[in-house]
Amino acid sequence: MRESFEKHIKEMNKEVVDMSEMVIDATSRSVKALGDRNVEEAKKIIDDDLLINKKRWQIEEKCINLIALQQPVATDLREIIAVLNIITELERMGDYAEGIARIVVILGDEPLIRPLIFMPKMADKANSMLKRSIQALVDRDTKTANAICNEDDEVDKLYDEAYNDLLMRMIKDPGLVSKATPLIWATHNLERIADRVTNICERIIFLATGAMPQVNVSKY
Amino acid sequence: MEFETKIETFNLNLFYGDFLALKDVNITIPHRNITAIIGPSGCGKSTLLRCFNRMNDLVEHIKVEGKILVEGQNILDPATDLIYLRRKVGMVFQRPNVFDLSIYNNLRFGLQIHRLLKHKNDIMQAIQNGLEHVNLWNELKDKLRKNARSLSLEQQQRLCIARVLILKPDIILLDEPCSALDPVSTLKIEELLRVLRQEYTLVIVTHNMQQAARVSDYTGFLYLGELIEFGDTDQIFTNPKEKLTENYISGHFG
Repeated sequence: MRESFEKHIKEMNKEVVDMSEMVIDATSRSVKALGDRNVEEAKKIIDDDLLINKKRWQIEEKCINLIALQQPVATDLREIIAVLNIITELERMGDYAEGIARIVVILGDEPLIRPLIFMPKMADKANSMLKRSIQALVDRDTKTANAICNEDDEVDKLYDEAYNDLLMRMIKDPGLVSKATPLIWATHNLERIADRVTNICERIIFLATGAMPQVNVSKY
Repeated sequence: MEFETKIETFNLNLFYGDFLALKDVNITIPHRNITAIIGPSGCGKSTLLRCFNRMNDLVEHIKVEGKILVEGQNILDPATDLIYLRRKVGMVFQRPNVFDLSIYNNLRFGLQIHRLLKHKNDIMQAIQNGLEHVNLWNELKDKLRKNARSLSLEQQQRLCIARVLILKPDIILLDEPCSALDPVSTLKIEELLRVLRQEYTLVIVTHNMQQAARVSDYTGFLYLGELIEFGDTDQIFTNPKEKLTENYISGHFG
């Protein structure tokens, strides 16, 4: 009974890792598609988001089955509840990546007002945070989870710089407003992705300790 | 945990001959709440429960050390009136133990033994109140002369609870009260326990951890005669402090 339960938990974690890789992939591709003005790739990212959504429902169904059939308690129960919350975060992060892809479609053939400077850095940072947070989930590593939360400040800082840069360009040349505003949206999506990594880290701490922590809160 | 104390044990040790069945147990049972005692077979759950109305006295070669305070009185004191104690601390067992008598006489039995009520009308009123408490009055009011053994197991267990209630106890001890019942009857008895909790202090021993989680306010985990952990039931089942408790409730052993 216990062995079978642990096998199910392992499988569930493996699926969460797979889902996080899909999100990381979507985020990287959406920023690249924006930089490359690749509308075809953006449309594909939009379609692929359905796979992320589907994955979320598959994992959720497994969680519900585990609760119904195995009646878990204590750490086992907290783990399943943590996973239910984490997949919701991942699904939403996928939506942010899809949002960036939609901006690529909206901008169409319009040339960018400048090459992307901040967004690739933000995407790399957010993806790195996400990858390590999911590993911390598998390892139940609260120390790493706590540390990752503090890295959100770096993404916030990049967002501030990107925002200020685009704002100054618009002030100087109001004709750029319609082209720069979607870039602010895209930047904001990346900032939100990193925020949601901190939510995942909170859940890892909850899973491991049973405490509901208040970790580093994003200023946005 | 803040509550009014109903039962308290201090350094309670219990020996069956040379075998130490309860080791230095210090437990506090809260007033008008349900406390569940959980633990693997043979850990001392029923032994502990039976300490609270000195039912263990009936077992040979038993030795009890320490203190058991029920409402502040040490019931291990030799001067304790055991008949009165067992009236105030009633007990319900695993299998419904109705007597081979009519429903009416099953309920009258305790009143008679304890010489509590003499007038027929008072007895009838007490029987009605008892049956109403356990939701049996409407079903059985026209069948009081029927043999109690003809009832379903769930009805028999309810009758046993009514038989305890009629004696106006303060505390009800329940030793696996649902283990002979099907899941629907179990849930009905559990609902009844939640109602009784408003007027009585209940202590339930159960193997069924989901039952302990569903029905109790506080849970104590016993292992090899020792009280490993005691706490709010929601804390025990979501975030136990002791690894041993976690391992037991998660099915690592037991």
